Amino acid sequence: MTKAAQGSLLYLDGVSVAFDGFKAINNLSLVLEPGEMRAIIGPNGAGKTTMMDIVTGKTRPDTGDVIFDGEIDLTHHDETDIAALGIGRKFQKPTVFESHTVEDNLELALDRRRGVFATLFYDQTEADREAIDRILETTRLTARRRELAANLSHGQKQWLEIGMLLAQNPKLLLVDEPVAGMTDAETEETARLLREIAQNHSVVVVEHDMGFVRELDVKVTVLAEGSVLAEGSLDHVSADQKVIENYLGR
Amino acid sequence: MITSFVFKALDRRAIWVIAVLVGLAVLVPLLNLALPAGHPLHVPNYAISLMGKYLNYALLALALDLVWGFCGILSLGHGAFFALGGYAMGMYLMRQIGSRGVYGDPVLPDFMVFLNWQELPWFWYGFDTFWFAAIMIVLVPGLLAFVFGWFAFRSRVTGVYLSIITQAMTYALLLAFFRNEMGFGGNNGLTDFKDILGFAIQADTTRAALFSASALALSAAFLICSGIVRSKFGKVLVAVRDAESRSRFFGYRVENVKLFVFVISAMMAGVAGALYVPQVGIINPGEFAPANSIEIVVWTAVGGRGTLVGPIVGAVLVNAGKSVFTAAFPEFWLFALGALFVAVTLFLPKGIVGALSGLRKWRPRRAAPVMADAAGEAAE
Repeated sequence: MTKAAQGSLLYLDGVSVAFDGFKAINNLSLVLEPGEMRAIIGPNGAGKTTMMDIVTGKTRPDTGDVIFDGEIDLTHHDETDIAALGIGRKFQKPTVFESHTVEDNLELALDRRRGVFATLFYDQTEADREAIDRILETTRLTARRRELAANLSHGQKQWLEIGMLLAQNPKLLLVDEPVAGMTDAETEETARLLREIAQNHSVVVVEHDMGFVRELDVKVTVLAEGSVLAEGSLDHVSADQKVIENYLGR
Repeated sequence: MITSFVFKALDRRAIWVIAVLVGLAVLVPLLNLALPAGHPLHVPNYAISLMGKYLNYALLALALDLVWGFCGILSLGHGAFFALGGYAMGMYLMRQIGSRGVYGDPVLPDFMVFLNWQELPWFWYGFDTFWFAAIMIVLVPGLLAFVFGWFAFRSRVTGVYLSIITQAMTYALLLAFFRNEMGFGGNNGLTDFKDILGFAIQADTTRAALFSASALALSAAFLICSGIVRSKFGKVLVAVRDAESRSRFFGYRVENVKLFVFVISAMMAGVAGALYVPQVGIINPGEFAPANSIEIVVWTAVGGRGTLVGPIVGAVLVNAGKSVFTAAFPEFWLFALGALFVAVTLFLPKGIVGALSGLRKWRPRRAAPVMADAAGEAAE
């Protein structure tokens, strides 16, 4: 495997993918260190979500290397494998299991054996119960634990999904626009949650909301037209001439 | 492990259902055999077979509900598994006839003698013993479901496309079983059965025993389904039904989940078919007709999919309705069935049982106001 990928958690090199001739991702390269939290910004159609699709196995790139943990070629695995390898994903639109209760959602996400027979004969242990209680506490959903997920508010669904990712306990977490459609108070709460998660997970956050990105205070990658435009601190990239032309200055 | 599975399966409702079914298995044959024909509580002979048939249909609907109601796999070909189980039983019953057939051949069934076949085809071997036939009753439908599901679920065929190919599967089997060269009696199928396990198939006691077996099979299947649905695997099933790709991203192997329930369901359908055949006395390719499979979907929808009691209630009610209706106004039955399906879809989307349990735990804060909340927050 590529030498350059060694020591990195996620390594994308020269990745391209086209849909009907339209290059959604064009020669994209990006390296994420273990333990790092990274924000990705960029205008609509910059390829942010497609990049996540490639990393999580939903879309296969036409060319390029996608390497996880320094040695695993993700292009050879499907969504289930990649999730098992330790990559979790939060969708733009909160996607939880609506006809299950909040605690059942967490139980399903908990990192236990996923096989047919393992789940068929599964018994919740004390440790599992405690893990679920802890996550309910962190996401402030304890009071609603027996409620169907469908009955949660939009913001609570987002937190439940983040809580499910905590339960899944991945090495790398991809978070797509976590604060879209949230009130200011909810946005603040979400930033708190993400920072808490970042303490012992690597996180990639895609976001439009500049205030939110500033609040996260991490290294920023700017995408435009499917490739990386600039990288650095938020102040650094917002001073970049190309970025201003492409994105901020509009 | 297994005990905790059974323990979870036996919640209060399951105990009730199983108690009622076991009660029926004992009581109905008793009322039929022990009471004289004129007694007001006497169950007439024709009713025994009729009710036995309803219970087989109920088992079939329960099997469909496990895949459709809980995992979102709308199979329009479940009649095929039912028919295959029925054929396996039919083959056993044919071989029990022995030399009592019209042509008196000790080994070959009548239709083979009629077609001038000299020896028994290889796939009829073994069906002279009951245990072999019993294995085939679950193995053949299970194997077909496994092979079919392996390809379909791995290629991620879902929704209407899956429904259409299940329909095509049962139709293909219909055409295949119509052919005499297949060796399953062609158009006429298998009939003229004489006895089962040494008991005369027409005898009152045999009929009563078959009814009991049907009720017990249904309660066993109910216990298995209840265990599956209440385990964590059952939660995974519903998760796959509601958000298939989300469950993949959480690391669940969706194709294996679907394959497992599909195979279990097909085996249950096979058992239903096997119990049905001795009670009606015939199995022919008509059982593979696509319309039959669609009818199973109607029973399940009427009773309430996604509940375990629903399909049983639906199958019994619709078929009892059919028995009454086809006797009183034979030409209107299909219209009534169609109207029933439309009415249930429009007014009782969760079926009879779903609507009843919805009434009982009705709460003022239901889906509609919550969605309005979420939209309001999104707009802010």
